[in-house]
Amino acid sequence: MLLQQIMNGVTIGMTYALIAVGYSLVFGILRLVNFSHGSVYAFGANSILFLISLNIGIIPAILIGILLTGILGVLIDKTALEPLRKKSAEGITSLITTIGVSSVITNLLIARLGSQKKAFPALFPTGEIIVGSIKFTYTQIGMLVISLALLICLLLIVERTKIGLAMRASEQNITAAKLMGINVNFVISFTFFLGGMSAAIAGTLVSSYYNMAYPNMGYTAGLKAFAAAVLGGIGSLPGSLLGGLVVGISESFAATVLGSEFRDSMAFIILICVLIIRPNGFLGKKSIKKV
Amino acid sequence: MRDKKISFNNLEKFLYQPSVFMILTGAALAVLLIVPWLGLNSYLMNIVVKVAIYITLALGLNILVGYTGLVSLGQAGFVAVGAYATTILTKVYGWNFFTSLIVCVVLAAAVGIVIGLPSLRLTGTYLSIITLGFGEIIRTVIIVWEPLTNGPMGIRGIPRPALGGITFTMANSGMYYLSLLLMLLVMLFCRTLVRSKTGRALRAVKGDETAAVMMGINVTYYKVLAFVLAAVISALAGSLYSTQLGYIDQNTFTFDMSTIILSIVILGGMGTLRGMVIGSIILILLPELSRSLTDYRFVIYGLILILMMRFRPQGILGWKSRLPYPIRKTVIERISGPQNQTADDGETNHA
Repeated sequence: MLLQQIMNGVTIGMTYALIAVGYSLVFGILRLVNFSHGSVYAFGANSILFLISLNIGIIPAILIGILLTGILGVLIDKTALEPLRKKSAEGITSLITTIGVSSVITNLLIARLGSQKKAFPALFPTGEIIVGSIKFTYTQIGMLVISLALLICLLLIVERTKIGLAMRASEQNITAAKLMGINVNFVISFTFFLGGMSAAIAGTLVSSYYNMAYPNMGYTAGLKAFAAAVLGGIGSLPGSLLGGLVVGISESFAATVLGSEFRDSMAFIILICVLIIRPNGFLGKKSIKKV
Repeated sequence: MRDKKISFNNLEKFLYQPSVFMILTGAALAVLLIVPWLGLNSYLMNIVVKVAIYITLALGLNILVGYTGLVSLGQAGFVAVGAYATTILTKVYGWNFFTSLIVCVVLAAAVGIVIGLPSLRLTGTYLSIITLGFGEIIRTVIIVWEPLTNGPMGIRGIPRPALGGITFTMANSGMYYLSLLLMLLVMLFCRTLVRSKTGRALRAVKGDETAAVMMGINVTYYKVLAFVLAAVISALAGSLYSTQLGYIDQNTFTFDMSTIILSIVILGGMGTLRGMVIGSIILILLPELSRSLTDYRFVIYGLILILMMRFRPQGILGWKSRLPYPIRKTVIERISGPQNQTADDGETNHA
């Protein structure tokens, strides 16, 4: 029973980690909490559901949906955030802009698709493997494998490729990166693209796990993923994974031990405790404020 | 361009002359007092009351966002505290609405302190996230604490405020005058606050926290104070809002509500009082009047936020006032007094 709860928590926690990556990468470079990320996640799941309903086959629909969501991420950056960077506006203006973007995306989805929950097809065959007392459904295994593979991919991109090097350089010092000839705006757009894509993949996995998708799904998932990103140390990819797992497991326990009402606020309770005790998260670097 | 600025400056100077300002305020008050006799139907009157309540809420958030520079994304949580405190005391325990307000203020202040305390360690975005988390936790508390809050079922039939045999209802315009009174009191309070020592300290914290510390301002104290004031004002408005609605549950106080309040503050102009009025009128009145836009209402809110941040981050009615800062004569005397004295001393020493 205990192991089963951990297993369920890990499965859902991995998808939080995937969403958290988007927050983490963007925060690393821009020092901005991208509040629109939750709605990007919802857009991913809902657009894929919409594409599937067009009967173009499940795999092409998912691939196109993921690509579209990535492009949406770039679009958000280009239309709403880049002009603010050019003006070198205060941080709060960007923050409020992303809240606005989130409101626009979510409510356009509601207006076009309706706010009701719609059935999402299962992506993995039904069935389960029983190891000892734990039950692994194929869906859970599929989610775990895909999320883990994707996280490793992202880590490799950031650590091993040239664009990843540019991302890390921009993260350390955006002005110095510019002086070294890095096209910072491209790097930022690429970051948004990566974030959008991984959010769309997470959206697909979660929707098929719960068998439903709806426009408002991004709100709580986004907040929990953000909590996960902060927990693990925002700006750090392994931190996102750790944070996602902590949120997922604690949520799964809260739902069984305390009652399902506690599920959604568990992430915040942990988040607030961690922020007060260790504001930089588990794996975050300490930031020094220069006067 | 320059001419335009100068004429605008003159206009501002003209409008803020004590005599002109008094006349304008008097006229505005007179109009506000006769609103119930304009023959608006009950639907419109409900919206007018809602606008007044949202102006009050925006004024509360404005103390945080506009003057202290702390972005709170959990205002709905404070509103919920006030609404539930009053509702439970009046409906379950049969208290008078106005007595329950005292408890509501005390409770909100306590909650404000609790939420303000993390600001000891956290700044900027992290603090905003804490407030957001707080808003969500309050909703969970409402759901879980079922014996007291009736959980997800909500509370129905909230009694109207009554005092000395008179019940303040929508029909006898009592609700309107009550919300108007609260709005005006809060406005007066904010105006006094901004021009006081406390207000100057709050603005110093917004301007530059480090510099404020250097000037000997107890930054922590003023931040927590800002949270307490915002919480109390929001809770009071929330109490009134609950009696207007007559029914509350946890979904009355969602993140959307916090977004609307924040949008009002930003649209109108952070750090101004006039902005809160125009912001509420635009954001509450317009969507209600154009029912066909209901589906796209929050899309419009979002667009307003984006466009305002892009083109006019200071808000519609936000501008850098060119009027001299109204420092009271006693303060000037206190500041300039000793200076003259030292100058005199210096001279005498030289002589």
